[in-house]
Amino acid sequence: MSILSLRNVVKQYHNHRAVDSVTFDVQKQKIFGLLGPNGAGKTSLIRIITTITGADEGDVIIDGEPLNEYHPSSLGYMPEERGLYKKMKVGDHLMYLAQLKGLSKKEARQKIGHWLKKFDIENWWNKKIEELSKGMQQKIQFIATVVHDPKLIIFDEPFSGLDPINTNLIKEEIRKLRDNGTSIIFSTHRMEQVEEICEDIVLINEGKVILEGNVDEIKHRFKENLYRIEFDGEIQSDFAGFDIQTRTDTSITIKLPQETDGNELIKYAVATGTHIVSFNEILPTLNEIFIKQVEQN
Amino acid sequence: MHKLWLIAKREYLVRVTKKTFIITTLLTPLGIGLLAFLSGYLAAKGGQATKTIMVKDDSGIFVDAKPESKVNVYTFSDQPLDRLIQDYKEEGYDLLIHIPEFKNTLSTKHDVSYYSTEKLSIATIENVERAIGNVFKEYKVTNSNIDREVYESFKMDIDLENGAKDASKDGEEDTSGKLSIIIGTVLGGVMGFIMYMVIFIYGGMVMRSVMEEKINRIVELMISSVKPMQLMLGKVLGVGAVGLTQLGIWLVLIPVVVIGVQMLMGGGAQDVQQLQEIANQANSAAIEEVNDFDINQIITEFGKLNWLLIIPTFVIFFFGGYFIYSSLFAAVGSAIGDDMGEGQQLMFPIILPVILAFIMMQGTLQNPNGGMAVFGSMFPLTSPIIMPARLAFDPPIWEILVSIVILVLSCLFFAWLAGRIYRVGILMYGKKVSFKELGKWIMYKS
Repeated sequence: MSILSLRNVVKQYHNHRAVDSVTFDVQKQKIFGLLGPNGAGKTSLIRIITTITGADEGDVIIDGEPLNEYHPSSLGYMPEERGLYKKMKVGDHLMYLAQLKGLSKKEARQKIGHWLKKFDIENWWNKKIEELSKGMQQKIQFIATVVHDPKLIIFDEPFSGLDPINTNLIKEEIRKLRDNGTSIIFSTHRMEQVEEICEDIVLINEGKVILEGNVDEIKHRFKENLYRIEFDGEIQSDFAGFDIQTRTDTSITIKLPQETDGNELIKYAVATGTHIVSFNEILPTLNEIFIKQVEQN
Repeated sequence: MHKLWLIAKREYLVRVTKKTFIITTLLTPLGIGLLAFLSGYLAAKGGQATKTIMVKDDSGIFVDAKPESKVNVYTFSDQPLDRLIQDYKEEGYDLLIHIPEFKNTLSTKHDVSYYSTEKLSIATIENVERAIGNVFKEYKVTNSNIDREVYESFKMDIDLENGAKDASKDGEEDTSGKLSIIIGTVLGGVMGFIMYMVIFIYGGMVMRSVMEEKINRIVELMISSVKPMQLMLGKVLGVGAVGLTQLGIWLVLIPVVVIGVQMLMGGGAQDVQQLQEIANQANSAAIEEVNDFDINQIITEFGKLNWLLIIPTFVIFFFGGYFIYSSLFAAVGSAIGDDMGEGQQLMFPIILPVILAFIMMQGTLQNPNGGMAVFGSMFPLTSPIIMPARLAFDPPIWEILVSIVILVLSCLFFAWLAGRIYRVGILMYGKKVSFKELGKWIMYKS
């Protein structure tokens, strides 16, 4: 079941096509990576999904319904450029944003209380936002994004400017939200983060989808049959007949032909008396796939 | 509607709970009170800048009259002029006046000389001239064969009254006397000026509020929850409520403070007389005109004004004018963003009609039913200032109605226009915006 489906979505700005016939689906209760270099059209797409702008062509379907004006209250959005009303108190600020998302006063107060407690900052209600450190402000922004229990949350570069501790905290919370049934779109150009937390991705460049699917499946699709053996002591064989990519005193990386699998290599290594410490198939990182794909296009 | 209310409420509360707001709201009436006190005090002081004047009167006319003045103290001397010129300063006089002999009683001109080390003010010179002139006039009347009664009857005071009864008013007493015109002019000027201030103060507040959200980078988050138009209108309404609150407080506090100051300064009869004398010195036409009427007359004339028309109409133009201009300010604020400097040129087309209207208002008060006044009170960018200025002069009802219709339609149009620019502007960063660019934004699809 998909929470979000885009079908041939187009957004044309004055002299360029920011979104060019984009089609993809986001599955329910998954963390979905929306990837692309700067200027690829990620923000334009997100603005269409969050109803900030409208698509010129194509359909956006949320949970089975065409996108309409009631959807924003079931969406959560943390923009890359995210600000706060610095002069307001934490409690007032969160109450305001929660009520704009359609919560009643009572509901809002209760849910904000819950989140403040969760982050162990219950006594912040009356603090002015400008008195908070940047890390503290980011917690407030996170709470503002999730307080109304949205069924789909979009995080645009959520970790930019976050210290490692807060990064981990937010990562954990994102996972917990997913486990509790929320679907998440995670937009970024930082591949290592995607690998860590996303299950499915779509890669966009110059407004077009150039790659999509499950992260593991994609990695296998682009693997080059590379294997690395780490060994102990003198190596007995020169691995003649194998396509050696790199070689150090303690390891060797070999590319096998497409039809052979790693067992052949292990057999050979054992037979030639190599003391194997580890044996790995090297899968490409998303970063490598990403760069390759972007360059190819 | 609920969201609009939430936004307006936040805009309102954030502002009225600010320390600077509370301080300005309370300090302004105090400042005006202080100004009233100072100007009253200084006027009284200035009026009391008594000159001690030594007079050498060769004609003998001024001496005999034993002139008395609140402002100047005259002392007479028979010493020779040469000696007086040398000594008057040392003897503590500010001024020496020499009145030569007055031989030809039919002459209407008599040259009097004065000696002083300082430059005299016009007021002092006029005061002395008037004092001597009055005495000479009296002398001439007394020494002529003219009956005093006949002489007094030479003075004529013409009052131009409107004798034509307004047919529509069916025999009712006519209200367009001179006093009512003066009152209308003052009232019109005050109302026009209030509009002018409101547009700049609160329109500017809306603009800053828009810029703040854009620079703060919170605006993208906001418009993922609400429509840009709601956000903009919420601001306009919220800040408008702030303006009403502030003006309301001032409407009560300023008269209280000013009356308080006047009572504190002791509004005794003597002061009034003194002020009268000062006013006469100042010789300002308007003051003299008003001086011809007593306070009861003024109050009666005020009561006769058509307040049932003036107040609601003023309120309509107040809201309309504020709404149009604050929408435009919001649009400009959205286009400016971080760089206030380049915003100046974008603000120019908004400021221009306001200033133009303010200038036109002066002409309107001179000729409240003239062509310029009628045009100015119809054109929606000037009507919020010009129409209130005309209100006390009984403009034709149909003109008011047409103007209101134009105003309301213009409110819708400018809100739409500003909204089109705003929705694009708030998401546009780091781009120098030209008018051509703004034009394109209006055309963008949402």
